[in-house]
Amino acid sequence: MPIQRFYPHIPQRYRLEGTKCKKCGKVHFPPRQVCNSCGSKELEPYRLAEEGEIITYTVVYTPPDDFKTKKPYVVAIAKMDDGAKLTAQVTDCTPDEVEIGKRVRVVFRKINAEGKSGIIEYGYKFVLI
Amino acid sequence: MRDVAVIGVGWPKWGELWKKDIRNIFVEAALMAIEDAGVDHIDSMYVASMSPGLWSKQEHIGALMADYLGQTPIPAVRVESACASGGMAVRLGFIEVASGMSDIVLVGGVEKMWTGEDFTAVLATAADQEYEAFHGLTFPALYALMARRHMHEFGTKREQLAMVSVKNHANGARNPRAQYQREITVEAVLNSPPVADPLNLLDCSPVTDGAAAIILAPVDLARKIAKDRPIVQIIGSGAATDSIALADRESYVELPAVKKAAEIAYKMAGVGPEDIDLAEVHDCFTIAEIIVTEDLGFFEKGKGGEAVEQGLTKIGGKIPVNTSGGLKSKGHPVGATGVAQIVEITEQLWGVSGERQVEGAKIGLAQNMGGSGASSTVHILKRID
Repeated sequence: MPIQRFYPHIPQRYRLEGTKCKKCGKVHFPPRQVCNSCGSKELEPYRLAEEGEIITYTVVYTPPDDFKTKKPYVVAIAKMDDGAKLTAQVTDCTPDEVEIGKRVRVVFRKINAEGKSGIIEYGYKFVLI
Repeated sequence: MRDVAVIGVGWPKWGELWKKDIRNIFVEAALMAIEDAGVDHIDSMYVASMSPGLWSKQEHIGALMADYLGQTPIPAVRVESACASGGMAVRLGFIEVASGMSDIVLVGGVEKMWTGEDFTAVLATAADQEYEAFHGLTFPALYALMARRHMHEFGTKREQLAMVSVKNHANGARNPRAQYQREITVEAVLNSPPVADPLNLLDCSPVTDGAAAIILAPVDLARKIAKDRPIVQIIGSGAATDSIALADRESYVELPAVKKAAEIAYKMAGVGPEDIDLAEVHDCFTIAEIIVTEDLGFFEKGKGGEAVEQGLTKIGGKIPVNTSGGLKSKGHPVGATGVAQIVEITEQLWGVSGERQVEGAKIGLAQNMGGSGASSTVHILKRID
């Protein structure tokens, strides 16, 4: 991935930076300029909760070429304790340990690397608590 | 608004077309539609295609296709809404004819997917690149997330997912244009390689090269040039959008864009789900057909799996779904899919579908969607006498 495509997302990927609506309190991740709940444009920066619960998950056996060496891997959507929903891989466990309803914590990990000279893409993954 | 009819269709055989490039594939379908309609010119055209730029390194295909179809200088533009590109193009063509801006409009869709590109990665560009694909999510994986939730909330069985595929292959085996014209079994689906658990290879629509085209015209004009077949009118057209990322939805067992597009189309057509004689729906994955048939109002939420098991969606059932073979069996050349759905419904209403004919079909519905349901269209067609 060209560095310019990665750069604008660093606050989200490194610090879980989202937004919170000053009017209705909805938490957005990634950040938005317009609240997708009430339409307000008065949003403030907000750091996402680090823990949540798995709502659904899948085990990917046929990945894109970029993820070939990592298969199979688990990707889940978790509802964080502040209501935001986050999509990420579940790591440090085997696929059969993952279940709907299990608690997860967000950790900072390497997501991918672009060959020998490309950038290393860091971001967040889930671990089971 | 003027009443709009489908006056001609073109749908050549789909598959892995290694000897043809994107322009050959499109022009063949477009010429078939023009000849079928019996018109000597077209006023305007729309070319639906998701990603010619990534697959064929070719953008600007509106002009390219007008050129190779021998139709310059008519206006021509490409329409993109991922897998709903075809349905969106049909809607734009419909609006152009209904508005009176043009009389005869060609709407074609094309995708050339077998080019050696990493098609899993190209298709994933229809998802949120930075917050879904970045984490290794693929399209089968997105629908697997919905499938797991549907199974969790409603007790939908793994076998019921497989039955969607079995039913669609049984229909596709009778469609000479389908990519895979053979029947399969539930066991074959369950034993096929896992792609994104709980979905296996035979739960997934294939990678396909192909095109389809239709010609739209005002009903008044259609009556004048009609061949020896009934007039098929588009009586409802709806489109809607939703969050690009699946995670942002309130629920993962329904598709609000599908519901909204259906609501708009039903209202415009003045009909309800109980009036529909057959439907072509976007079964990119088996779970998609189950969720969509619920969201279109054919079945109660959560009962889509049971409906398939009871045979309600077979030809001869309560509401035949995907008589063409669906995306699963006939193939899914992304941009062409939504247009081919209209071809299938039109032919069914003309009464020329041979072994797949739904007897007495008068009103048909076509539902097309993009991504994990971030865009959807619904069209309702009626045979008018």
